Parts: sequence; structure tokens; C-alpha cells
Amino acid sequence: MAPAALPMPDAFLLQAGYNATFVTLGSMLLGMAAGVTGTFLYLRKRSLISDALAHATLPGVGLAFLLMVALGGDGRSLPLLLAGAGLSALAGLLCVHLLSTRTRLPLDAAIGAVLSVSYGLGIVILTVIQALSAGRQAGLEGFLLGSAAGMLRSDALLIGFGGAAAALLAILFRRPLLLVAFDPGYAATRGVSPARTDLMLMVLVLAVTLTGLKVVGLILIVALLIIPPVAARLWSDRAGVVVAVAGGIGGAAGYGGAAASAMAPDLPTGAVIVLLAFAAFVISLLVGPVRGVIPQALRRARMRGHLDGAG
Amino acid sequence: MIPQRQIAPVASLTVPALSISGLSVAYDDTIVVGDVDARFMSGTMTAIIGPNGAGKSSLLKATLGIVPKLAGHVAFFGEPLDTVRDRVAYVPQRAGVDWDFPARVLDVVLMGLYGELGIFGRLRPSHEKRAMDCIARVGLTDFARRQIGALSGGQQQRVFLARALAQRADILLLDEPFAGVDAATEKALVQVLHALRGEGLAIVAVHHDLATVPAYFDHVLLLNRRRIAEGPVATAFTEKALAQTYGARGAAHA
Repeated sequence: MAPAALPMPDAFLLQAGYNATFVTLGSMLLGMAAGVTGTFLYLRKRSLISDALAHATLPGVGLAFLLMVALGGDGRSLPLLLAGAGLSALAGLLCVHLLSTRTRLPLDAAIGAVLSVSYGLGIVILTVIQALSAGRQAGLEGFLLGSAAGMLRSDALLIGFGGAAAALLAILFRRPLLLVAFDPGYAATRGVSPARTDLMLMVLVLAVTLTGLKVVGLILIVALLIIPPVAARLWSDRAGVVVAVAGGIGGAAGYGGAAASAMAPDLPTGAVIVLLAFAAFVISLLVGPVRGVIPQALRRARMRGHLDGAG
Repeated sequence: MIPQRQIAPVASLTVPALSISGLSVAYDDTIVVGDVDARFMSGTMTAIIGPNGAGKSSLLKATLGIVPKLAGHVAFFGEPLDTVRDRVAYVPQRAGVDWDFPARVLDVVLMGLYGELGIFGRLRPSHEKRAMDCIARVGLTDFARRQIGALSGGQQQRVFLARALAQRADILLLDEPFAGVDAATEKALVQVLHALRGEGLAIVAVHHDLATVPAYFDHVLLLNRRRIAEGPVATAFTEKALAQTYGARGAAHA
């Protein structure tokens, strides 16, 4: 069929070129992974930890870049930048864990402290990089707000496979993850260690965060981990269904955001993805069958009708 | 029909279902359970009683490995918990979980089958049937497919009991099973527990209402950080022991 004759813009139909197709599908898989792992995080009531995790990647990105340049490279290898991001995110996670368990600092304060300090450190390192004007720093800013435009096919493959692997692992291990999320004390008596299960969940969330850095950006990845689950919760009272719906919403947002970005390369991809996910949340809030505003109002009206009929 | 329990081997009639020796638990630098010895036999139903802060829940949780022991030894049927996990069922306090969780009554009861299903085992119709049988036994058949948040407090407590039944355990450890439930539910729960005792299970419950101890239980463990008294209700549940456990006010109440 002739793409030009279709009413939809080409990118949404994966007709915007070979490269853009890879990037769009990679973003979709990433969105699905964020929705799926984000649901387990949300049910464990640990959503905000992912925000600290994401912000703590920035110093690692900058340091990895500096190291590569110092060793004579151009500093643009995505796997190495992500390795740096992963190491510094783990350090941030460790700080949150130590602050909240070894001191009297509550968890939310520990998250806030680690989040802002590591972000500040990251910004300072990025400024130093700019001042040195070493290598081609173009692209590092993309880690803040995400930019699918100009992404390589290899980048898209990395993101797609990373996301799919994280989602698959989360679904395979859904039983212990849900057992610990619902009732950690009981889980412990069944031989499921809450500490080890939480650690596995954090590793999965870290994997999604790292693969999402380039597309969504570290500031907004938390939204992609939180919004699809809370939107999906409005559709069902069953954890399995909530996981599936959240994956669908995240995938659709990732797909749409990357496609929009392929048409208008100046649009920040991450922001568009998050706004699309938010649109899904608003729709869910209105029409979600379990807790949506409109179905609830209808149920109430019907009940009132029964009362009137009886009276 | 209600699945019939396997009869415990003869040896387990002489080996305590649970034996605790020298158990101590501490939070930070406060000892909340100090050097407690206790034995709970199959076919008995024991109340752990004592004032607030006496360490009742902590004793239960340390026994089950939910909180770390400072010192002491715990054996279920003469073995460490790790090797007999499926024979030991814990019924936690209802207030300890989020009832807004997206799960139906059936989903929570199916969690009791985790020991059999494991991480990757396939959920079969026979598993679901067993869960439904346990739900029927606590009288919640009509609620099996409701979201757990839509239940009353008493019904939620019964869901937890059904989850423990699905596990087909030989000892039940309950943390305040009657807290915040109405009189009818309390009666229904006690009936189920008495039936289980009749089938040879050991029942151990943290309990608050001294007035109902003789009617519900056959053994007591009086606890106030350390063990005050232990044994059959007839001999251990005395005015003197209660006075030691609670002070003068509690004794008057009994």
C-alpha cells in the first residue's frame, strides 16, 4: 500500500524509514517493560525509589564520558555510558538503603537527599565536560529529557532487548514478587526472602531505567514507571490484569512518543511519551471499569434508582 | 468436600510440634523476649497471653524467622524450620497488610499453595478446587471472587485462615486472630480451629481476652518478656500467675 495515501503520519505506521522503525519498536518494548516492572514496584509501594535511582545515573554518565575521552575515545559508546550510569545508580541505591536502615532518616527523606545530591553532582560534571569541550559532548544532554531522534539502530536494539528481557523476568518471577508485595511477613515464612526479592526487583527496575535513559531521559523515566501502573489499577482488581494493562499502556506511550519524535525531531521524546501515558491515565480515571469516575457514578445512580423503586 | 488431612506419623505425637528453648529477641538495645522455653504439642490449642509489649508477637515472629533471634533454638517437629516449611502456617495480624491490593479472596488463598507451586509451577484446576474448599471451610464461598478490600474485618481474618488451611500445615501460628472481629466471626473462627485441633493440628494463638481463654484454649503460655507460666489451662492459668504477668489490675480482670 502507498504510505502517502494514508491519513496517518508515516512514522506511526512504521513507514518513516528502517532506522526510525527500529527506534519506534525499541521504545515500545521499553514502555512495556516500564509498565510491567513499574507495577510490581508500585504494588510494593517503592515507586519513588526509582526516581532516586534514575537521578543517580547522571554522575556515572558524565564520569564514563570523561574516562572514555581520557583514554582517547570520543566518549559516545552507549554501552559504556550505560555501564557508568548503572554503577553510579547502584551507589545511589546503596546510599538510600543505608540512610533509611542505619540512620533515623525516613525513606522519603533519604530518597530526596540522594536524588538531589546526585543530580547536582551530575550537572556539575556535565558543566565541566562542556567547559573542557573535550570529545563530542553532543548527546549527553539527551540523557536528561530523552531523544529518540538520531538514535542508532544498535542503540534501538539494545533498548528493545534490554526492555523485553526485564519485562520477561518480572513476569516469570511474578509469584514471589506479588507474595512479598502483599504480605512480606508471610512470604518470609514460606521461604521467600523479602530482602532478596526486593533486590531482584531493584535490579529489574535498574535495567529498565538504564535502557530507558536514552529514550525517555533520567528526569522522566520515573513517570513511565509510575503512571501506567496507577492507570492500570483503575481497570482491574487482579494483579495479573493490572500488570498486563500497565504493559500495554507503557508500550503504546513508548510507540507513540518515538513515532512523534521521528516526525518532529525537535520534540523531546521522553516528554511526549510521558504526556501520552498521562493521557491514558486521564482516560482510565474517567472510564476505568473498576474505579473510574463515570462507572462509579453510574453504579451509584443505579443504586439510588433501586432505592426509589423500593420506596 | 473438605479434603481430609493426612494422619500424622506416630512419632510426631511425642515430638513437640514446636519447641522453643532459650529464645531471646531484641530490638535495638531493648530485650523484648528474654530466654523463653516453651513446647507446643500436636492436637492442642495454646493461647499466648500477656500485657501489651510483653513480646507475644515478637516471640511468634522470631519463631518463624520473620525477625532475627538474639539467641535460642527453635524446632518444628524436631527439625529446623527450613526443612519443614510447608507444615508450618502463619496467620499474621490483619492490620499488617494493604487490603487495597489488587487480589481476590481466591488469589490470596492460592498464595497458600506457594510451597507446592514454587516459582514456575503451573496452576491447575485441582489447586483452585483445593483453595475453594478452604474458602468454603471458613464460610466465604460467596465472596471468593470479590476484591479483598470489599470484605469486613472478620471476613479478612477468615481469608488469612483459609490461606493457612490451603497450605495443609500441621501447626498454625496465629497473631491475634480475634482482634477487631465481631462476635459471630469469632465464634466461627473458634469452631474451625477446634475442628483442626481435633484433626491433630497444633494451634498457637496470641490472644488478648482473658475471659475467653478457658472456653477456647486447652493450654496457655503466660508471657511478660520472660515466661511466667506454661501448661494446661487448669493448672497454669491461675490467679497467681496472672498477677505475676499483668500486675494486680490484670488479675482482677480475670
